[in-house]
This record gives sequence, C-alpha cells and structure tokens, in this order.
Amino acid sequence: MSELKEELKAKIIEQLNLEDIVVADIADDDALFGDGLGLDSIDALELIVMLDKDYGIRLSDPKEGRKIFESVQVMADYIQEHRTK
Amino acid sequence: MVSLNGNVFFSDNVEDFPTFIKSAYKFLKTDYSKFFKMDNLSKLAFLAADALLKKENLNEKENNIALIFSNKASSLDTDRKHQASIENDAEYFPSPAVFVYTLPNICLGEISIKHRLYSENSFFIFDRFNAEHLQLYANSLLRNGKAEKVLCGWVDFDENSYDAFLYLVEKEGKIEHKTEEITRLYNIL
Repeated sequence: MSELKEELKAKIIEQLNLEDIVVADIADDDALFGDGLGLDSIDALELIVMLDKDYGIRLSDPKEGRKIFESVQVMADYIQEHRTK
Repeated sequence: MVSLNGNVFFSDNVEDFPTFIKSAYKFLKTDYSKFFKMDNLSKLAFLAADALLKKENLNEKENNIALIFSNKASSLDTDRKHQASIENDAEYFPSPAVFVYTLPNICLGEISIKHRLYSENSFFIFDRFNAEHLQLYANSLLRNGKAEKVLCGWVDFDENSYDAFLYLVEKEGKIEHKTEEITRLYNIL
C-alpha cells in the first residue's frame, strides 16, 4: 500500500505538471483539490483517465471522482480494492 | 532570446523549447502556477504578452486591451499529441489536458485571464506574417472605440521551431501604425 501511495504521488506530479512539487511534499491525507494541491476540473478528468489507463478502473459517474480523489490515501484504498491491472 | 523594444533582456543557448521557456519564465519572475499546465503555443504567447504587459501598469480589475494574434501552424503541435493518443484503438486514452489546447485561440484566454482583459480577441491563421491584416483590424477596433489598446502579433509554434512577435498599439502612440513599420520591426527581430 505504501508503494502504491508513492507511485500515485509521482504520477500526480508528472501527469498534472505540478511544478516545484516533489513526492515528499504531498502527505497521504493532503486534500488534492481546493486548499490542498489546488487541482482543477481538468486535473480531475486527467485523474479519471489515469485510473482507467494504469489501473483498469472506469468511473461511470464523474461525481464518484469527488470522493475518490479526496486524498492520495483515499485514492490508494479505492485502487487497491477495484484495480483490474 | 527575448527582447523588449529592441533590447535583448534574456537569452539562453539551450535548444529545446521546454528548457528555454522555463528559464525565461523564471527570469521574468512570472508567478503563475497554471503556466506549467499550458501547451507550448500558450506558454510562448503567454510569456511574450507578460513581458510586454508587465510594463503597462494594468488595472487590477479590468483592462480594455483587445488581442489580435496570428500564426501559420495553428495548434498543430498540440493537435499531433492529441492525434497520437487516439490513433490506436487498443490504447485509446486521450488526455483532457491536451485536448483543451487543440485550438490556437486558447492562448488568448490564458492571457486574458492573467491580465483581466474583458475585450475583443481574435486569432487568425496565415501562410506568412501578415502586417496588413493586423494594421487594418487593430485600427478598426481603435477607431470604433472597441478597445483602448490592441496587443497584436504573431505567435507560431511547430515541433521545435517557434517565434513570437507582439506589439501594443494605441491611438496616440510614438510610432505610426503602418504596415511598412510593422513589417520592418518584425524582420529585424
């Protein structure tokens, strides 16, 4: 699980082009949207694509993303339970 | 190389665009986190406009500056990236962050948001730098009171070839806004 969380942090930084942020800057429970990393709606769509491409998870309802993308911890828990690859 | 009013104020010998534009961004102290999410054309246009508009003491709430930009390659650089992500059915994962930049005029929105420009904007595609069109359109906007100033120019990016030339025109400027002068300035840079 710890490995997955580190992997997710690295992917978020790389795929969302977060400049001047390193893996160590993101705590497991940091909010990804709003006051946390300050991600926006396009970032949310990128994360949905990432779940599909890298973990074989398809979200049929984008609203589900609001809960799943709350933090790296919540994302990792969800991926652990639902991943198909 | 980046120059303002004929004076080179930043140069870097690196050949690749991402390194160059990041160095220029840091040199200009343009603090704007969304910059790194933009595509190459928007980064080029955004930074060129920022270098010029920084000196204008803009209003914090609203500025009546129209934008008339042009280029040859449209958004081809980003269009190619998007195409690559959708051409294989087995690996069909288009990126939303890439897709939103598959129009050249998106860069005008980025500039307008940063500098609070609630004004006309247009992006034209030409085979070559077209001073006649910039001159006619900008003069029309100024004459009809559609804008107090017009930021005009050429911002082109295709693969690793790029160039940006912008100028700000207003009713009572120092240099006469005529096609010969625009072409001369474009060619000396």
